[in-house]
Amino acid sequence: MSWLNKLLPPKIKRDRRASKPSAVPEGLWSKCSACEAVLYYTDLESNLQVCPKCNHHHPISARARLDMLLDAEGRREIGAEVKPVDILKFKDGKRYPDRLAAAAASTGEDDALVVMQGSIHNIPAVVAAFEFKFIGGSMGSVVGERFVRGVQAALEARAPFICVAASGGARMQEGLNSLMQMAKTSAALTWLADAKLPFISVLTDPTMGGVSASFAFLGDVVIGEPGALIGFAGPRVIEQTVRQTLPEGFQRAEFLLEKGAIDMIVDRRELKEEVATLLALLMQEPAVA
Amino acid sequence: MKPTFLDFEQPIAELENKIEELRFVQDDSVLDISEEISRLQKKSQELTRAVYAKLSPWQISQVARHPQRPYTLDYLAGLFTDFHELHGDRAFADDPAIVGGLARLNGQAVMVIGHQKGRDTKEKIYRNFGMPRPEGYRKALRLMKLAERFGLPILTFVDTPGAYPGIGAEERGQSEAIGRNLFEMPKLKVPVICTVIGEGGSGGALAIAVGDYVNMLQYSTYSVISPEGCASILWKTAERANEAAEALGITASRLKTLGLVDKVVDEPLGGAHRDHGQMMNNLKRVLQEQLKELRGKPIETLLDARFKRLMSYGRFKEDAA
Repeated sequence: MSWLNKLLPPKIKRDRRASKPSAVPEGLWSKCSACEAVLYYTDLESNLQVCPKCNHHHPISARARLDMLLDAEGRREIGAEVKPVDILKFKDGKRYPDRLAAAAASTGEDDALVVMQGSIHNIPAVVAAFEFKFIGGSMGSVVGERFVRGVQAALEARAPFICVAASGGARMQEGLNSLMQMAKTSAALTWLADAKLPFISVLTDPTMGGVSASFAFLGDVVIGEPGALIGFAGPRVIEQTVRQTLPEGFQRAEFLLEKGAIDMIVDRRELKEEVATLLALLMQEPAVA
Repeated sequence: MKPTFLDFEQPIAELENKIEELRFVQDDSVLDISEEISRLQKKSQELTRAVYAKLSPWQISQVARHPQRPYTLDYLAGLFTDFHELHGDRAFADDPAIVGGLARLNGQAVMVIGHQKGRDTKEKIYRNFGMPRPEGYRKALRLMKLAERFGLPILTFVDTPGAYPGIGAEERGQSEAIGRNLFEMPKLKVPVICTVIGEGGSGGALAIAVGDYVNMLQYSTYSVISPEGCASILWKTAERANEAAEALGITASRLKTLGLVDKVVDEPLGGAHRDHGQMMNNLKRVLQEQLKELRGKPIETLLDARFKRLMSYGRFKEDAA
């Protein structure tokens, strides 16, 4: 690559680099973004996207999350009939309907929340999981409505409600309607509290903005995933506002635990056991076998 | 008070300057130019009416942030009597970006809570530009609970760029403080009337804006994100804020059409800052009327309606299952 490289005109050089084929077929190997260990993808998948070398928790899709939490039998999806609309005819670089279509094509979901009724170690429960890859897991009308329908299903079944958050905040393409989803979801949680049904809130990387500042911290128990970024304002906005460097580990789950903002940090591979155990305790059921 | 004119008001400002000069001349002139002055004054009013008849959403957000716009404490002085400010969240501090306390509206005891901006530089800093920290929201909730215990209606005034994005605010649970208010406010067993008087900035505004009525002053704004913030995310530059303001639908009239706001309160010609007195009268009439109506209803009816309304937020389509 030395003398030959020098002979090539700059344009070709650039093109060569851009089109350079990956040495590894896509999807077979995966590199941990935290420790740079090269991992066999199926190993990572069977380990729930947690790096076996450094325990870094990689993002996980909403359906994979529901799969790992719910028992295999007797699942029923809730609120799938609710679909997004373009209220404001919102257009930035892209029209909002196009943005929705692109997100749907890349995730296989039609909005950023999937809700499912089922059981966790035989304890009936309703679980909602955010799909972060769908427009940053942002909360618009559909997310809010599915959340509320999930809460209603939990009330009808006298079952607890669990939400696993992964969201950048409110969906600005829906304007004030998306802000109002904060009020809507939080208000629905008062029904669970009145009915003495537990709400467990699991905060994963990242849980920010309007999602963080509504139902996320209203859990009877609030759990964080290791290393998750959790906060109201994004670190960049804060840095620009206060004009100082943020402390090490700022807004990470471990930081929140230290500040008293969350109850515990739970490794993803132990989450199902932990949730089941907590539910059994709160609902005065026999210990989980 | 000499009005401060915004960029788009420059033609009005020029006219007003001319009127001012003529007045000055008239003082030591033998000629009577009062006719000329009143002619110009009329022209200025017509011009103001014309300019304000077609304000863009971005221009409206300039009016909403006008440095002379009445703030919560101005309404407290102008609308209420017997105001006694109550301080502190009983856990950490008193947040001057939110003020609250007991007062009377037409003799009726009420609890008033609102964001407070500062007028001069020193006060702006003291009030943190109206951006509350968690202790502000916790104070607000404490006062709401206090009002509930004694059966006092709650009136809130919303005027904030947003909740403060600071290190301490995060450490003390900004998210939790806002979320807690959103959880508690729907259940308050007293009438709650919320009025956006200036800037309704996102979650920091909503945290004291859940109630039976949500009013907006004619030139106030209410938005999920500031036009500048939206523009810098979507187009990587805050300079396209005018486009973002348009796209986000942040004005009172637009939000009324979308069904997110109950009542738009008229402002004086040229905005609330031009005539504080008239603004007070307009708002007082609306608040008294709403309060009277809400107090006539059983609390269960109020809470039902409040929840129904909260659950109605959002637009989506539903496929036949």
